[in-house]
Amino acid sequence: MATIDQSKIRNFCIVAHIDHGKSTLADRIIEKTGLLTSREMQSQVLDNMDLERERGITIKAQTVRTIYKAKDGEEYIFNLIDTPGHVDFNYEVSRSLAACDGAILVVDAAQGIEAQTLANVYLALDHDLDVMPVINKIDLPSADPDRVIEEIEDVIGIEAHDAPRISAKTGENVDEVLEQIITKIPAPTGDPEAPLQALIFDSVYDSYKGVIIFCRIKEGTVRKGTPIRMMATGADAEVVEVGYFGAGQFIPCEELSAGMVGYITGSIKNVKDTRVGDTVTDRSNPCAEPLPGYKKVQSMVYCGLYPADGAKYPDLRDALEKLQLNDAALQFEPETSIALGFGFRCGFLGLLHLEIVQERLEREYNLDLVTTAPGVIYRVYKTNGDMIELTNPSNLPDPSEIDYMEEPVVSAEIMVTTEFIGSIMELCQERRGVYLGMEYIEETRALLKYELPLNEIIYDFFDALKSRSRGYASFDYEFKGYVQSNLVKLDILINKEEVDALSFIVHGDSAYDRGRKMCEKLKDEIPRHLFEIPIQAAVGGKIIARETVKAMRKDVLAKCYGGDITRKRKLLEKQKEGKKRMRQIGNVEIPQKAFMSVLKLDNK
Amino acid sequence: MRVVSKCIILHYMKRELELYIHIPFCARKCGYCDFLSAPAEKSVQAAYVQRLCREIEEASGLAQVYEVSTVFFGGGTPSLLDAGHIRRIMGTIKDYYPVRADAEITLEANPGTIDQEKLEIWREARINRLSMGLQSADNRELKLLGRIHTWEEFLDNYRLARAAGFRNINVDLMSALPGQTCGGWKDTLLKVVDLGPEHVSAYSLIVEEGTPFYVRYGEHPELLPTEEEDRQMYEDTRAILGRYGYERYEISNYARPGYACRHNLGYWNRTEYKGFGLGAASLLGNVRTTNQSDLNKYLDGQYEGSREELSEQAVREEYFFLGLRKMEGVDPGPYRGYYEKLLEKLTRQGLIVERNGRICLTDRGIDVSNYVLAQFLDD
Repeated sequence: MATIDQSKIRNFCIVAHIDHGKSTLADRIIEKTGLLTSREMQSQVLDNMDLERERGITIKAQTVRTIYKAKDGEEYIFNLIDTPGHVDFNYEVSRSLAACDGAILVVDAAQGIEAQTLANVYLALDHDLDVMPVINKIDLPSADPDRVIEEIEDVIGIEAHDAPRISAKTGENVDEVLEQIITKIPAPTGDPEAPLQALIFDSVYDSYKGVIIFCRIKEGTVRKGTPIRMMATGADAEVVEVGYFGAGQFIPCEELSAGMVGYITGSIKNVKDTRVGDTVTDRSNPCAEPLPGYKKVQSMVYCGLYPADGAKYPDLRDALEKLQLNDAALQFEPETSIALGFGFRCGFLGLLHLEIVQERLEREYNLDLVTTAPGVIYRVYKTNGDMIELTNPSNLPDPSEIDYMEEPVVSAEIMVTTEFIGSIMELCQERRGVYLGMEYIEETRALLKYELPLNEIIYDFFDALKSRSRGYASFDYEFKGYVQSNLVKLDILINKEEVDALSFIVHGDSAYDRGRKMCEKLKDEIPRHLFEIPIQAAVGGKIIARETVKAMRKDVLAKCYGGDITRKRKLLEKQKEGKKRMRQIGNVEIPQKAFMSVLKLDNK
Repeated sequence: MRVVSKCIILHYMKRELELYIHIPFCARKCGYCDFLSAPAEKSVQAAYVQRLCREIEEASGLAQVYEVSTVFFGGGTPSLLDAGHIRRIMGTIKDYYPVRADAEITLEANPGTIDQEKLEIWREARINRLSMGLQSADNRELKLLGRIHTWEEFLDNYRLARAAGFRNINVDLMSALPGQTCGGWKDTLLKVVDLGPEHVSAYSLIVEEGTPFYVRYGEHPELLPTEEEDRQMYEDTRAILGRYGYERYEISNYARPGYACRHNLGYWNRTEYKGFGLGAASLLGNVRTTNQSDLNKYLDGQYEGSREELSEQAVREEYFFLGLRKMEGVDPGPYRGYYEKLLEKLTRQGLIVERNGRICLTDRGIDVSNYVLAQFLDD
């Protein structure tokens, strides 16, 4: 195979605020460079999980190599690395960016710059990427490209006057994007003869090939037989195959050398050995230093996952293990709940990540799950000087042993049109936000900066933000640190029995309010039984709220007509089936969704 | 000689069979109704009756083994049909099946579709029981339900039926209607018992999915009487009907002594029955079948819909969830051991009681019968 000329390679990614058209542009680029005809194109090639397509989000980084024949007559190799678009996956985004030499910034011609636009651009600039702006959706009636170009120049401070004005949807002016990729995004550098230094930006598990490492070769060359080592985890392997990414398939090749993007396999059994951000080197000729920026992914949100049917516990464990093969950020360890039996305490990057894992378990592994209220990691400082990191509210030590507690906070940036500033500030205050400042982006839009407790934003903050700004606010945050806080454990008693799986940690000032709402919510969720059921909320053994589910008075079937017994049986079976989706706690049957009630306390 | 005597025995030992005849036509679809029924042209009705008679004829092999103990014309509104059609259907039945001399033959007849001439023809056709769908004695409620008749029209029809010689009449009533009060329901009950029908069916409204009522009330239960009011209505029903000599013999059915509906009791007793017509269900041996519910296919002669052979388990479950609907309860017999724990639990919860070796629902058990009956299904 002929050596590939580095100057003919372009490694880039596309960054954008959600819904600004990132995936659509990626599709167009793939289509225009002839990798697939438009007939073969399934809409949004790169989002290949069902879930991704349904939700219109990218969950896992995706990469594709295409060949572009430029107007100068030369052929260029484009490696397009698609990055996840959600704040939960910030670290993955950062590693994907590190694998690129430039970034296409897609901005919606109608909406202009949004919070994630800024966050992503800054992330790209932090990685010394050349950012090439593209104005998308010029086909919209409300498009105003001139204003948006001005905004990009003013707010971000990058040259934008010659930014291609395109419609990724119709394909208009996409050719211009392709040409600019060649002129505006630099070719990679690096010495193919130097010791191997390759950045892992993702990995997937394949049941035949083992772990497939997605990497960018920074220095040196890797080929079949190279003895490799992952520098952070220390895992070793022999390379079995190297190659690059076709559309949805792996295409083996001879070697990958400096500047190239591709994959490596080597009978690696565990995705944990190939952490995103780690550096791959040649054991026989190692590089001096790993690439900078590696960090161990830390879960931010925890919850309990339990099989609805206790007998499915081993199935849940297998499913989690399999998911973890492809998702190193997913953590889990066994736990036991008095109410729910055997299950797992699982750690996630954020609530979206949690929802995705939950949905995949239910869809791909056909499991019926009970999920407990998600929480963050609290630090509990005990009077004896010990500190414990609390992921499960049930493990909170006795109040007498607690000196003080800390909770994680984030710094949040909210971009909002000026008319909604008041209501958004009010929202942030309700969520115990600390105001840090405000900048005007333009006359009618401002960037609000707040420090917010993570546990106030993981549930429904985003929804509340949207509803209070009629959808116009955008939001981004990053983890800041831990601060001391007045926290209490709110317990729920159903029919006088404490239900451990319903306990959650809450700020002292909102305990009463939350307790009351929780009781109201549960009253609606728990069906009537043959007897009356008190529902109580308590803090430290003291009851602070109570509701009652009245006893069931009547439950009769409709008329049975013309001897249609089959239908009658079906109705009874449905009733019985409904019971199966319940959890028996003492004498009370609690529907599984009740365990997520705490999430919906503010949706009135 | 032996062979001959066996034939004689067979003849005299013919098994009991109930017939159900489905007439899927009505003058207008009521807002709460989810039965298989719709308005149709006279010509469609005629074609349907033609096909129905063919179906009855084609199944006449059954006559070798069975004799008919009851016939029930249900719908829809069977009384909507030209009386000649009913005469023809009954004629076909009598031509092909042995019908016991004391057979109970019921026709559902809705007020507003009954007249002197029809009543006479029905009598001639051996119809001996009318089931009249009154639902309410309050004209406002009748309108809300989408009924085509008023209380006064019912009264007129009822008296006509009596005058024509019908000695066994059921009146269908419906409680827990939107906007209905306990007082209003009592009023309906009293007006009806005053007429002295032999039988009263009193169901509470169930808002079924797919009906206009579901659209109206599915999301707005506050427009319907509360569970408490609903139950009060149930209690009033039993008290008032009891006072006037009606005995509750099934969860929602009341009759003067000797007038319990034999046909419906057959369903709860798992008596064999054959249903003819669109969507009609049958139980023969341990096989339950349901006819085609697509009218055009039915008219083409494709009667068959679904078929299910009951397992031993299904038979056991049915035995209880059907039998317990009767106030006399069921004899747990051979299944006592199987359900020992459940029977104990339900007794402890005050939902069932044992009387003369039979398991019966208590008053509380009747209120929550759905819950109790579902317990008899295996996990």
